[in-house]
Amino acid sequence: MVAHLVRLKLVLLGNALKRSVWQILGLIFSLLYASTAGAALFAGLAYLSRRDIDMAATVVVFAGGLLLLAWWFLPLVAFGIDSTLDPQRFALFAIRRRDLLWGLGLAGLVGVPGLLTVLLTLGTLLVWRDSPAAMLAALVSWPVAVATCVVGSRATTTTLAPLRSSRRFREVTGVLVFLPLLVIAPLAAWASAEIDADRVTIEQAAEVVSWLPFGAVWGVPAAVAAGEPVVAVAKLAIAVATLVALVALWAWALDRTLVTPARRDGSSTRTSGLGVLGILPATATWAVVARCLVYWIRDPRYVGSLAVVPLLPFLVNFVDPGTGIALLALAPVTAFMLGWIISADVAYDHTAFWLHVVTGVPGRADRLGRVIAAGLVGVPVTVVFTVGAAWYTGRWEDLPAVVGASFGVLLTSLGLSSVISARFVYPVPKPGDGPFSTPQGSAVANLTIQTGGWLVLGLLVLPEIGLAVAAIATGSTTLGWAACVTGLVLGVVVLVAGVRLGGQLYDARSAELMQQVVAIS
Amino acid sequence: MTSADHEATAGAPPALSVRGLFKRFGEKIAVAGISLDVPAGSFYGIVGPNGAGKTTMLSMATGLLRPDGGTVAVDGVDLWTNLFEVKSTLGVLPDGMATFDRLTGAQFVTYAGLLRGMDRATVTARTADLLAALDLRESADKLIVDYSAGMTKKITLAAALIHAPRVLVLDEPFESVDPVSAAHIREILTEYVRTGGTVIVSSHVMDLVQRMCDHVAVVAGGQILAAGTIDEVRAGRSLEDRFVELVGRSHTAEGLAWLRTS
Repeated sequence: MVAHLVRLKLVLLGNALKRSVWQILGLIFSLLYASTAGAALFAGLAYLSRRDIDMAATVVVFAGGLLLLAWWFLPLVAFGIDSTLDPQRFALFAIRRRDLLWGLGLAGLVGVPGLLTVLLTLGTLLVWRDSPAAMLAALVSWPVAVATCVVGSRATTTTLAPLRSSRRFREVTGVLVFLPLLVIAPLAAWASAEIDADRVTIEQAAEVVSWLPFGAVWGVPAAVAAGEPVVAVAKLAIAVATLVALVALWAWALDRTLVTPARRDGSSTRTSGLGVLGILPATATWAVVARCLVYWIRDPRYVGSLAVVPLLPFLVNFVDPGTGIALLALAPVTAFMLGWIISADVAYDHTAFWLHVVTGVPGRADRLGRVIAAGLVGVPVTVVFTVGAAWYTGRWEDLPAVVGASFGVLLTSLGLSSVISARFVYPVPKPGDGPFSTPQGSAVANLTIQTGGWLVLGLLVLPEIGLAVAAIATGSTTLGWAACVTGLVLGVVVLVAGVRLGGQLYDARSAELMQQVVAIS
Repeated sequence: MTSADHEATAGAPPALSVRGLFKRFGEKIAVAGISLDVPAGSFYGIVGPNGAGKTTMLSMATGLLRPDGGTVAVDGVDLWTNLFEVKSTLGVLPDGMATFDRLTGAQFVTYAGLLRGMDRATVTARTADLLAALDLRESADKLIVDYSAGMTKKITLAAALIHAPRVLVLDEPFESVDPVSAAHIREILTEYVRTGGTVIVSSHVMDLVQRMCDHVAVVAGGQILAAGTIDEVRAGRSLEDRFVELVGRSHTAEGLAWLRTS
């Protein structure tokens, strides 16, 4: 039975690969990525083995602890990640619990993350190559570490499965998961600046972590290497106890899952009236605007992109060398982000796009409606960011150049997006998925289309960006105003041309677009 | 439908006329040259086993999927060369497609009306009527994502009816709809046909088609096996028996001797 479950997982993986060549390319890419990351980490481990033992212990404990926490909690928020072996699906089969635990546990290791984890944790043995005893301790704690990863992830997902059946919970966590990731980079940079000064504190923190459930298993070899066998045994006991507790929790949750049928979440969202659809003019174009605005506000895939926007000033300010130069780039970058989202608008509609096709809505109305909605979001943000950056840095003299660059980029990317989304449909998260759950195998299609699009965009905005950079570099007011006028004029030209061309493409190809959307669903 | 009705519509072009419709997906031929006439004012059933090509055929007949070959005409006007004109006369309920489920039911129906260029007053009045008729008034302000499958079907049907189309093409309209609502939808459709509309429905449920429709086409393997009035097709037997005979039964229950528990 255990072998059956592992084989089932392998077959599922194989069948997914058979579905399309993109899936295979996707797997190859994730393997390449994983092996690159793995090689880098192995190099790091090898380097650590040549450093002093305290340093090595600190890094191993922190990195290992992070790995465990990632296994435990990432699957909760990165939904859509892997439900192929959802225990609920085995409810109708008579499988003994012990077999189910082993089977699902081992099957959890099948796949790129599992493989990488097994190899990397085994790689930590390298760190202790100067101390045979510590190496032996690492070898003993290795299976415990791997098991704690897998069992922990199954325990948390199975225990919290009832919560995850609520749409609200999934949507909110799906958006929120990205926020800490955004903060990690500045935090890490800050920490690395502080690390030399406070190395003792860091080591003390590692010492504390190595007594915690997610750190203990990593502290065992370090304790042996430091010549503290009692501490090592104590930490191994904590690690094993953690594993046992997680297995017990998982077994309990599994029992509960198997006898509790999946149920739809009872709560539902109510509004009153038609909202923005009742306010805007009653034409096809404005109906599309209203519908898109509803999606910008209610669909987690759009909300996720918007939720990042307020954080951008802080991120950018962080990399600023102190002259305010980086903050001047804030508005153009944000304008690009917001203008570019609608390049996948039809793909985001998913098969619901049929309504646009059967109603025969004119291409111009479809294109213009999407652009206006994105503009209603993008223009205020761009205004606030251009003026805000000038105010914060006191560089009012650069305002015309920044306005030219920002609005040039916003209008141009909106225009270009209108053409791209009428011609290309690339896989995006499906309706109901989180904004950051990337569909399997989409990497290559995404990259090809987006890179091509970015190249074209780069060429189209070259005049205003060039003028703006020149204006800021030389401090020339004339160049600044030239950038401003160029950006606005060229932007409007590209926008009008883009909506026209996109509309014509749409009218000629709405059935083909529909077929492309169905193909990625 | 009586024979007098037939004579009255005999001079008019068919509501839907399909000639040599062909579609291939990679290796698989989904629709292998279908020709079919749906008389104006008829209640036309399309039946066929899973994978017969019903949905592909109806998608091509409604402008959702471009055929590799063949023509489609609605009321004598060619669909694929007059997309805008023809689409305005068609009401479509596709099967297996998502909806804009972040809209409320009322928003969705209104959206469909506005996309078709209707004026605000008409859209508002008809949305209210449709929601009432389909028993969705209670859920009008609820997001469609929180609807049941049957409610989603009903709201999509409302969106297909809002512009009072001359021809309705409904792919599996009764799937996962509860019996009370189904009876209700049937009444609405029958009344619509009585007043001159044409309905084309696909279904798995032979009994329903036999009772509800006046014409039927049996589709299998991307081809039409039989088409005509219900009485012509069923030839004195039940539609279900005739269907099984046409499509061919590939196996019998005899092989499962071990399943007998006594």
